[in-house]
Amino acid sequence: MDAKAIVVTSGKGGVGKTTTTANVGAALAQLGERIVVIDTDVGLRNLDVVMGLEGRVVFDLIDVFEGRCKLQQALIRDKRVENLFLIAASQTKDKSSLSEEHMQNTVNALLEGGFDRVLIDSPAGIETGFQTAASAAKGALVVVNPEVSSVRDADRIIGLLEARGITETKLIINRLRPHMVQRGDMLEVDDVLEILGIKLIGIVPEDEKILISTNIGNPASLDTSVKNGAGTAFRNIARRIKGEDVAYLSLETSKGLFAGLRRLFGGN
Amino acid sequence: MFGLFSRKKSKDQLKERLKLVLSYDRAGLTPGKMEELKSELLQVISKYFPAAASDYDVKLEQQGSRMIFVANLPVNQKA
Repeated sequence: MDAKAIVVTSGKGGVGKTTTTANVGAALAQLGERIVVIDTDVGLRNLDVVMGLEGRVVFDLIDVFEGRCKLQQALIRDKRVENLFLIAASQTKDKSSLSEEHMQNTVNALLEGGFDRVLIDSPAGIETGFQTAASAAKGALVVVNPEVSSVRDADRIIGLLEARGITETKLIINRLRPHMVQRGDMLEVDDVLEILGIKLIGIVPEDEKILISTNIGNPASLDTSVKNGAGTAFRNIARRIKGEDVAYLSLETSKGLFAGLRRLFGGN
Repeated sequence: MFGLFSRKKSKDQLKERLKLVLSYDRAGLTPGKMEELKSELLQVISKYFPAAASDYDVKLEQQGSRMIFVANLPVNQKA
């Protein structure tokens, strides 16, 4: 992706925005990029615990906006990857300083200050929180689950991103269950692409390892010894963001789905 | 007997429902308003020729990036 500031968004809550931000951010950093992930879900911060960095939070995004600390002081260095940093959201309800201007200035300062990319974890919904998160972004990762409300909300979000002039918008289909797809009880990848009409950048299977890795605060994408599953899928998304042409994983051993995926992506 | 096998895949039903609901969402129209439009259109058309209201159908169709309004209205032919 050309965009250096990328918002991770979905409309609907609970589809995996924060998990995606943590895993893709960590993988990009492991691949050598200097990365900042920003949690903009003020009042409901979670990116810190998903990444296992909750014990290191001193200052947060709102502290930066209100001048209580310097931007450098709010950058929390990751435990595992040295070129990965987090800016936490504030847990207080006061959002008065959460403005688009503050957001844009902060992201610009990070990119001018030597970071290669900034991933902005958006809150659920389509209101001010989402708009503020999107205001500093040039590109977007839209996370969708293959089910009715998530797809409908994703369509709405895609429209709103377009209206903001964000054109580099890529789709991540998260929590796909190959067995349900195989028996016709879950939308296939090409169904979702046909309905939403944007470009795909990742297919992430439902995977127990994600819950286990968030339990211990250690992004699954960092474990390069695992060759399949959600962690690998997130790592592949990071590689595609960097411009690499990575083949899509064959999900499970189901021949039907594998053939389907190969048919879909055989062209590139 | 063939119930289980001829059961329509649930994902196909979902796909149809999503396409329909998204066409309304994208056009900023509610299904109720669409019904109003449908009956008003029928009134106008009936002034000019006898129309068979029974098979009358209107829908919004996505064609690439464009949304198309499609009305399908069989005309009663003179015997």
